[in-house]
Amino acid sequence: MTLTGAASAAYLVSGLLFVLSLAGLSKHETAKAGNGYGMAGMALALVATVALAGDDLEAAAIVAIVVAMAVGAAIGIWRARRVEMTGMPELIALLHSFVGLAAVLVGWNGYLSVEGAPAGEAEELGLAVEIHSAEVSIGVFIGAVTFTGSIVAFLKLSARIKSNPLVLPGKNLLNLGALAAFVVLTVVFVIEPNLPVLAVLTALALALGWHLVASIGGGDMPVVVSMLNSYSGWAAAAAGFLLDNDLLIITGALVGSSGAYLSYIMCKAMNRSFISVIAGGFGNEGAAATGGGEDGEHTETTAAEVAALLTDARSVVITPGYGMAVAHAQGPVADLTRQLTDRGVDVRFGIHPVAGRLPGHMNVLLAEAKVPYDVVLEMDEVNDDLAATDVVLVIGANDTVNPSAADPGSPIAGMPVLRVWEAGTVIVFKRSMNTGYAGVQNPLFFRENTRMLFGDARERVEDILKAL
Amino acid sequence: MIIGVPRETSPGETRVAATPVTVRQLIDLGHEVLIESGAGLAASHADGAYAEAGARIGTAAESWGADVVLHVAKPSAHEIGLLRDGGVLVSLLAPAFDPELVTALAARPITALAMDAVPRISRAQSLDVLSSMANIAGYRAVIEAAHAFGRFFTGQVTAAGKVPPAKVLIAGAGVAGLAAIGAASSLGAIVRATDVRPEVADQIASLGGEYVGVPADEPQAGGGTGYASVTSEDYNARAAVMYAEQARDVDIVITTALIPGRPAPRLLTAAMVASMKPGSVVVDMAAAQGGNVEGSVPDQVVTTPNGVTIIGYTDLPGRLPAQASQLYGTNLVNLLKLLTPGKDGQLVLDMDDVVVRAMTVVRDGEVLWPPPPVQVSAAPAAVAPPPPAPLAKPEKPAMTAARRSALVGLGAAVLFLATAFAPNQLVGNLTVFALAVVVGFYVIGHVHHALHTPLMSVTNAISGIIVVGALLQLGHVSGVVTVLAFIAVLLASINVFGGFAVTRRMLGMFTRGPATKAVAHSGAHR
Repeated sequence: MTLTGAASAAYLVSGLLFVLSLAGLSKHETAKAGNGYGMAGMALALVATVALAGDDLEAAAIVAIVVAMAVGAAIGIWRARRVEMTGMPELIALLHSFVGLAAVLVGWNGYLSVEGAPAGEAEELGLAVEIHSAEVSIGVFIGAVTFTGSIVAFLKLSARIKSNPLVLPGKNLLNLGALAAFVVLTVVFVIEPNLPVLAVLTALALALGWHLVASIGGGDMPVVVSMLNSYSGWAAAAAGFLLDNDLLIITGALVGSSGAYLSYIMCKAMNRSFISVIAGGFGNEGAAATGGGEDGEHTETTAAEVAALLTDARSVVITPGYGMAVAHAQGPVADLTRQLTDRGVDVRFGIHPVAGRLPGHMNVLLAEAKVPYDVVLEMDEVNDDLAATDVVLVIGANDTVNPSAADPGSPIAGMPVLRVWEAGTVIVFKRSMNTGYAGVQNPLFFRENTRMLFGDARERVEDILKAL
Repeated sequence: MIIGVPRETSPGETRVAATPVTVRQLIDLGHEVLIESGAGLAASHADGAYAEAGARIGTAAESWGADVVLHVAKPSAHEIGLLRDGGVLVSLLAPAFDPELVTALAARPITALAMDAVPRISRAQSLDVLSSMANIAGYRAVIEAAHAFGRFFTGQVTAAGKVPPAKVLIAGAGVAGLAAIGAASSLGAIVRATDVRPEVADQIASLGGEYVGVPADEPQAGGGTGYASVTSEDYNARAAVMYAEQARDVDIVITTALIPGRPAPRLLTAAMVASMKPGSVVVDMAAAQGGNVEGSVPDQVVTTPNGVTIIGYTDLPGRLPAQASQLYGTNLVNLLKLLTPGKDGQLVLDMDDVVVRAMTVVRDGEVLWPPPPVQVSAAPAAVAPPPPAPLAKPEKPAMTAARRSALVGLGAAVLFLATAFAPNQLVGNLTVFALAVVVGFYVIGHVHHALHTPLMSVTNAISGIIVVGALLQLGHVSGVVTVLAFIAVLLASINVFGGFAVTRRMLGMFTRGPATKAVAHSGAHR
């Protein structure tokens, strides 16, 4: 058994462990074991690599490896301990950007140690240098797009920049142009690999990543974050091609397809194609009702009235949206759930797939607040029961409960929504009468069985708790 | 402003225009409230309850002499005389049917608002007494029918034999009709309902009724308001056939058909009533307007020779006095909210507001009836044409099997060519890549929706596998490469450790509820 053979075997095993890890996430019961498999796979891969690389390394390089990994681990674990669940989308976006940047660096190194290396020092290749150059170019491009795209997503999600879409004239042409330029640059780089071309290519990809995500609004973030997840995987896979490393390819492909699948689910939940999400979002977030919308009189209610209503109800469904995360209302909502459940009220949650800024965001928030996961249901699981539900609480959601999705003329036509209006009474927690992300007026607010409870969701839920 | 609530004096009127609950709301608007002693007795509200709510208890003359008088029934000539100059009377007035009353009111320098003239627009729904009273009347009609009907409503299987459920036909699915459908179906009867507007079928179904339509080419002639209007003769003929069929089959018929400003349409003829089974009950809710049923007498219960009971009560809301007073009182509170925008007790009659304009029958002795017509908003489709066709997104045709296999074939061919001409090492890489993508899709497809965020963070962690690539480059060739690789290792390590740690933390939060909970839900009560 040679060292290389042992490393290859270790890589195969850790690749399979990663598959097991993702498979474990299919159920709550096995999820923790899945995470464990992932860690085991990673540990195995790291040990094998260090053993392989350390074979012909000087002591200084080994120290560098240990220092880099120790610092990275310290930062990573520190962030993971500190992050609030409302801040998960930002953290995930930031982690994506690290993978992107690492992929860019690996790509540059690939160039510097082969094509750009001083004569006689170049590494040996098992294949034509042209293919290697193409791999460098592709790897750097994907990595750079992921890097800046994730940085913009991070800035938007953490509200460091406005989440409104940036609208440059001819933005779709800009994106397509950048793609075309990338193809041209790759061809040039393959024919004659040199540093300036690679630098231009990197700059172009960085600009494209920035523009791509900057022109997408906040409400489409679940799609964007899963898209970037996918890209970070493809970037790792590209690095695997570059280094002829099967483990990187397997892992990258797993992550890439995972992100792509999540994007697909998100797009289906909005009844929009992936292209249309990328090519441009809806209007500005939180804009006043646009003309032509159905208008009417809404009925306001008070926390005390809602409390009385909830006490008399037999079944209650809560449909949270991004507003719940913004208001940090999940704690009081969970308290409300516990109090009502103790009084014999059947309380459940209905989660729309695109609620929040991250796939599954609401589930994590509710889990953090200690809401048992078996009362947190998916839209399809709860939709048919809504007609038999006494009270629905809509907390910080808008487009996902908009009945005009059934109207073929509406911009959100065909989007699957939670049919909350079929319930006995609908209480809508909202800061104002502004429209949701899609800029579409919500006729739900003017329904006879709808009551509006204005104000900060957290304060209002606390008021209800007091009244109970 | 002082709001006076007198005792109702018309015979049989059990309702009162304010309850202790609405008194509080009126006081919150900045008004004072004066209740005539004994005003709420018939609706089970004692003077003490009003006093506790903050009202003053006074005499008839005091209450009629208030700035604003809230009343239920039409006032008598004597009562109109008690109103003070410049006072405001809010009451049911039926101005369209009682021009003499309008004249009598206009003889005094007062303002009179008719609660039964609220326009039927969505904004005014909260003060629409016709709706709130019709709701009560529909419920009560079912109760009256059940009282007169010598059988169960619900079907049962007992040791003493099987009881078939009663069959109920509700004619007209307006507010009263829908309330009746809900009440009858919750008593367990088989409920059918008919209406000239086929679009209400969904509402009927939502309350547990079955829509019975009239087989017709055109649903209804003219109208266009979406509310009750006159139908064509041809339609009526076909409707009669349907009613005749239903009359023979059902046990209970409740008719609610009214056309504003016209006599009620005749739905059931004497012959149809005669064809009903003995013991059947007919409730004619339109008896006061001439009746939907031939042979019904207002305020009377008539039994036909073949044993069918026809109930013609016109005071159905008043038979639930406490509830009717509460809803009527709330309608009045909503009106006063509209009239006291400042919540400071100052009454503002804004004649530019269509709701206020439509209700005002007399202002300072000047007759303002009838008001200009109000555009009813119940049929928005007719007003706003649907957006032109080009705007609508063309439905994407589902991919046919042939096209799908062509695409798969094309993809396979491209992959084949690309691989066939690639060098060996690349072929190996591509094979691994293609298989891993497929495995990835199948594995991810099974991930529970609630675990999507942990999925993302775990994939984040494992995509930090790129650290392996960076490690292999570290310490090779030149110093620049080593520095770049060092940075890459650092970044990727953040991912690896941060990703796994945060996933672990998140998964630790997911807890399962007590085992009993899982069984508790489902739509058991339907």
